[in-house]
Parts: sequence; structure tokens; C-alpha cells
Amino acid sequence: MAKDVKVLGPGCKRCDRAVAMAHDAAAQTGVAVTVEKVTDYAAIAGYGIAATPGIVVDGKVVHAGGLPKPEDLARWISG
Amino acid sequence: MAVAHALRPPSPLPWLAATVAGLVVWAALYSQLVPFSDWLVSLLPVERHSHLGEAIAFFFYDVPKVLLLLTLVVFAMGVVRSFFSPERTRALLAGRHEGIGNVMAASLGIVTPFCSCSAVPLFIGFVSAGVPLGVTFSFLIAAPMVNEIALGLLFALLGWKVALTYLGFGLGIAIVAGWVIGKLKLEAWLEPWVLAIHAGAVALPEATQTWPDRIRAGLEAVREIVGRVWYWIIAGIAAGALIHGYAPEELLASIMGKEAWWSVPAAVVIGIPMYSNAAGIIPVVDALLGKGAALGTVLAFMMSVIALSLPEMIILRKVLSLKLIAVFVGVVGTGILAVGFLFNLLFA
Repeated sequence: MAKDVKVLGPGCKRCDRAVAMAHDAAAQTGVAVTVEKVTDYAAIAGYGIAATPGIVVDGKVVHAGGLPKPEDLARWISG
Repeated sequence: MAVAHALRPPSPLPWLAATVAGLVVWAALYSQLVPFSDWLVSLLPVERHSHLGEAIAFFFYDVPKVLLLLTLVVFAMGVVRSFFSPERTRALLAGRHEGIGNVMAASLGIVTPFCSCSAVPLFIGFVSAGVPLGVTFSFLIAAPMVNEIALGLLFALLGWKVALTYLGFGLGIAIVAGWVIGKLKLEAWLEPWVLAIHAGAVALPEATQTWPDRIRAGLEAVREIVGRVWYWIIAGIAAGALIHGYAPEELLASIMGKEAWWSVPAAVVIGIPMYSNAAGIIPVVDALLGKGAALGTVLAFMMSVIALSLPEMIILRKVLSLKLIAVFVGVVGTGILAVGFLFNLLFA
């Protein structure tokens, strides 16, 4: 089953870059993913983060605020 | 620094050495500013002491100087900020009482990485995790107002005393305004859906940060921020150079000087619809000061441009009622007015 990756962010430039990075990490590690953008403020806040973009893998928040390191992202997606 | 960027050595030493080398190059460039600008002007068919010659010399000296100093400040702030995160700041502030909470929130607002598109998630994230409303406001006022661009440019153009004073008064306004908003107990004026969220705070896996990572964060901040504002700075300094070369001194002194008390509120009101181009405004401000505008008036204008911005209020409207936004503008605006008047009184 494909990993479920969500990028939390109201739609700023960094959020778009985070989405692209998630696709890159998936291609690099060979893991099948579905990447979804969550832009609704209430939904974002529901994950308990305080800074965007946030990244959620299979329902678990792994990152919040700024862009993650590519190697960290690859580890979260393949882990 | 650019050379080391391509490599990924396991030891932090090459990174630290590259940083030191970068600082040495920086200092060498900085020491050559005056000869460089004189040399450039001497190449032009312009009399050095004419109006045009003065304006051009001002421009060629100020642009590299401001960009160099801004790069240094932004790099340093980028490294410092790698030690903080909004989540950690929130954990430090949750459940704090007013007073000490406001002081901590305003101080953390300076060093916590924060981008304006994060303002709403951050606001909800703080309030729903138990950070008091007034303490949250102290953070939200300090974070944009005392930023590295404003501090870096003030330092570059007006010296460290003015930069430090701006820092102190910016912190003061954030602390007092947040404290007042907390005392007013306005939680009921939040939008109802915000109060309904009780997400609590999520525990993030601890990110591994090494010194090379932190230096890289500083370089990334330089690339991002200086890359975004450099043309505003050049445009602002060009405008400043024209004012420097041509504007009559008496005219500005009568409009923006100390004697004209009404210029302080006028500066605050004019500043509200202006947004985020602090980078372009500060060089103009510098030239205005040189022509007799009062420092308090000019600082009030700057703070108003940065801290009371219309676009940010429109974003915050999603979580705050209009009444609460009005209180926010009123309290912060009063603080800025006080700073303006105080400065004009203190600095002759």
C-alpha cells in the first residue's frame, strides 16, 4: 500500500517546495506515496503543529516549520 | 563559503574554517568601501562636489555597505535561529503567567524562526496548547517588528546605538501591548472555531542538528532573505541618494522635525497600509534623517510599517474578530506613538 504523505500549509512557496521534496524523496527511495496538500487552517491546527509547512507520514507528524533535510524526509518516508 | 558548500565533510572543522575564511573576506571587502566608491565616481564625467556627484557617491558607498552588513546580520540570525523552533518556544510558553510570560514571548519572538505565512497556524497552535492570549500576542508583535532586516539595516545606516534602541523599544512595545491585551481578557473575541480546537501540542522527533547544519541554515537565510530584498534596498538607496543630493533641508525639518508634534501620529497612520518593504524604506529614512527629520518620527513610521500591516491583519482576521483586531491596532499603535514622542524628547 502506498504511504500516505500530507503536507500541511496554507499554500506558501515553501509548502509547494515541501510537496516537490516529498515526491523527490519517494522517487529516490522507491517507495510508493500519495502526497496530499492540507490547506485548511482548522485542519492544520488539528495536527497540533505551530509552524508550517508540516509533514505527516501515515498519520504521524514528523516535521513542522521550514523545509526538512532531504535525507531526513527520505528516512521518514521509507521508515 | 561557496567552495565548502559543495562538499559534505564528516568533520565540522572544514565548515568552521570556511566560515572564518568567509568572515575574513567580508572584513576585507568592508574595509575597501570608501576607496571603491571614490574610484567609481572618479570614472564618471561628473564633478565630485556637485549635487549629482554627491548623490552618486552616496549611492555607490551605501549599496555595497548595506548589502555587506545585512548579509552578516542575516547570516548570524540564521545560525542563532537554528537553535530554536516554534514548537520548542510554544512548549516554553505554555501555561506561563502574564508578566514573565510576556517578557519571554517577546524575547523568543526575535530568535524563533517565523514566516508571515505561518502566522495563523502559529497563533492557533499557541492558543490551543495553553499559551495565554496576551503572551501569544507578545510573540506575534515582537516576531515581525524586531526582525533581522530592520536590525541589520538600522545597524548599517544609523549605527548600533539606534539599532539597539529599536530592539529595546520594539521588545518593550511587544511586552506591554501583550500584557495589556492579556489583562483585557478578550478570549471570547476569538473566532469561535479557534476556541473549539484543542489539539494540544504534538511531540516531534528531535531533529539532529550539527554545526555544519547550522552554518548551512545561516547561508540559506542569506540566500532567501537577501535574495528577496536586495532590489528594494537598491531602489530605496537610490531614492535616498536623490533626497541626499537635492531635497532642501529646511523643508523636511519643518514637516518631519521635532517641532512638528503631529508628525508622529501622521507617520504611524501613513505606515499602516505600507507593508514589508522595510528594506526599501529604511534607506529613505536614513536620508530623511540627514535632512533634519526627527529620529522618533522616523522610527515610529518604521515600526508602524512593519508591525501594523494591513495584509497581516487581513490574514489574522481569519482567527480574530474585528473588535480584537481593533484592540490590537489601538494598543500597539499607542505604544509606537509613545516611542516616537519619547525619542524626539530624548534625542536632541
